[in-house]
Formats: sequence, C-alpha cells, structure tokens
Amino acid sequence: MTDILVAAFSLLGAIFILLAAIGLIRMPDAYLRISVTTKAATLGIGLLLLAAAIHFQDFSITTRVMAIILFILLTAPVSGHLIGRTSYFSGVKLWKDSVMDDLENKYHKASQELKSENIKQAEDVSEHIDKDPDSKND
Amino acid sequence: MTLNDFIYFIIIPILSVSVLLIVYRFVKGPSIVDRVIALDLIITTGIGFIGAYSIFTNRPSFLDVAMILALIAFLGTVAFSYYIQKRNK
Repeated sequence: MTDILVAAFSLLGAIFILLAAIGLIRMPDAYLRISVTTKAATLGIGLLLLAAAIHFQDFSITTRVMAIILFILLTAPVSGHLIGRTSYFSGVKLWKDSVMDDLENKYHKASQELKSENIKQAEDVSEHIDKDPDSKND
Repeated sequence: MTLNDFIYFIIIPILSVSVLLIVYRFVKGPSIVDRVIALDLIITTGIGFIGAYSIFTNRPSFLDVAMILALIAFLGTVAFSYYIQKRNK
C-alpha cells in the first residue's frame, strides 16, 4: 500500500516537473516562463518530497521534508517576483499577443523611477514644446 | 515491478529528460533573464532528483542536501536579479 502511494506521488511529481520543463521551452516570453517555473515546478517538487516522506515514515524525516516544502513555497513567489521585476526594468519585451501591460509608461528607464501616474506622456509633451512642431510626426 | 525498479526506470528518466529540456533553454535563452530562470529550475529539479534518489537508495540523509540546494537556489536568484538591475544603471 505504501509502495503504491509512493509510486503515485513520485510519478505525479515527475510529470509536473516534466510539464514545467516543456513549458519553459514552449512559452514565448520570459514572463510566461517565470510563471511556469514558479507554479508547476513547486508542485512537482512538493509531491516528490512528499513521496519520500511517505516512504520513510519517520518523524524526523517528515519534519525535514515539511521544512523543505515550506521553504520552497515561501521563496518561489519571492524569487519569481524579483526576477520578473528585473526583467521588466532591464527592457525584456513582452510577447506580441500580450493583452495588457500595467507598467506601461510608468517606468522611466534613465533615472530608474517607477511612478503611479504616466510619466512618459508628460515628458513627451515637454519635449515637443521644446522642439519645433514638425518633429511631432517622428 | 518493485518500487526501486519504478524509481530507476520511470521517475529518474523523466527527471533526466526534463533537465535536458531545461539545459536547451539555458543554452539558447534569448536574454540573461531566461538563463537565470533556467538555472533556478535546474536546481529545483535537482532537489527532485535528490528526493527520488533517497527513496532509491533508502538513505534519508540525502534530504539535508536538498534543503541546502533550495537555499542556494533562492539566494542565487535574488543575487542575480539584484546585479542585473544594478548593471543597467
């Protein structure tokens, strides 16, 4: 019975990790790849470690496995958010079919400022006032 | 089919194939961010390898290594994102 449970959990975990790897290849965009690695891989690792905990059936090992799973559950969203923020700020393009970009025009690249109102538009207007009006068509 | 055969002939090959796929993305990745993500996922898959291998060899001490690897993966991703953001200044 225990062996069947261990086999089922480890097979599910391995399949989820394989799906994460396929998603990493197939996704068109760095941001979608981040979403794949933080969700599918976390679930796969959790199931594999749970299979190990069921196999050994020892209190100290179960505690260790729970600590690893809790640590991964805590750190995967944080690292995903950090690397996504960095990739947006370093100018990685969104996929061409992406529906919305909430940070559009709100990040000034030269000064690395992030504001809640549109900063780019205000600057464009001031630039156009400084130059002659013909350059507006550029 | 015993549990050891199942781990040896099914689980570990699946994990190996997924590591190969991730290495393809690591080599090809258009930007450095893709490479950082692929490295993070390789280390995470390594934790899964260690879990499967500790079942295979019946030695639970390998799980300590898994904990250290999880720590290193998180610290590595944070450090990479910090320095990539600094580099653009």
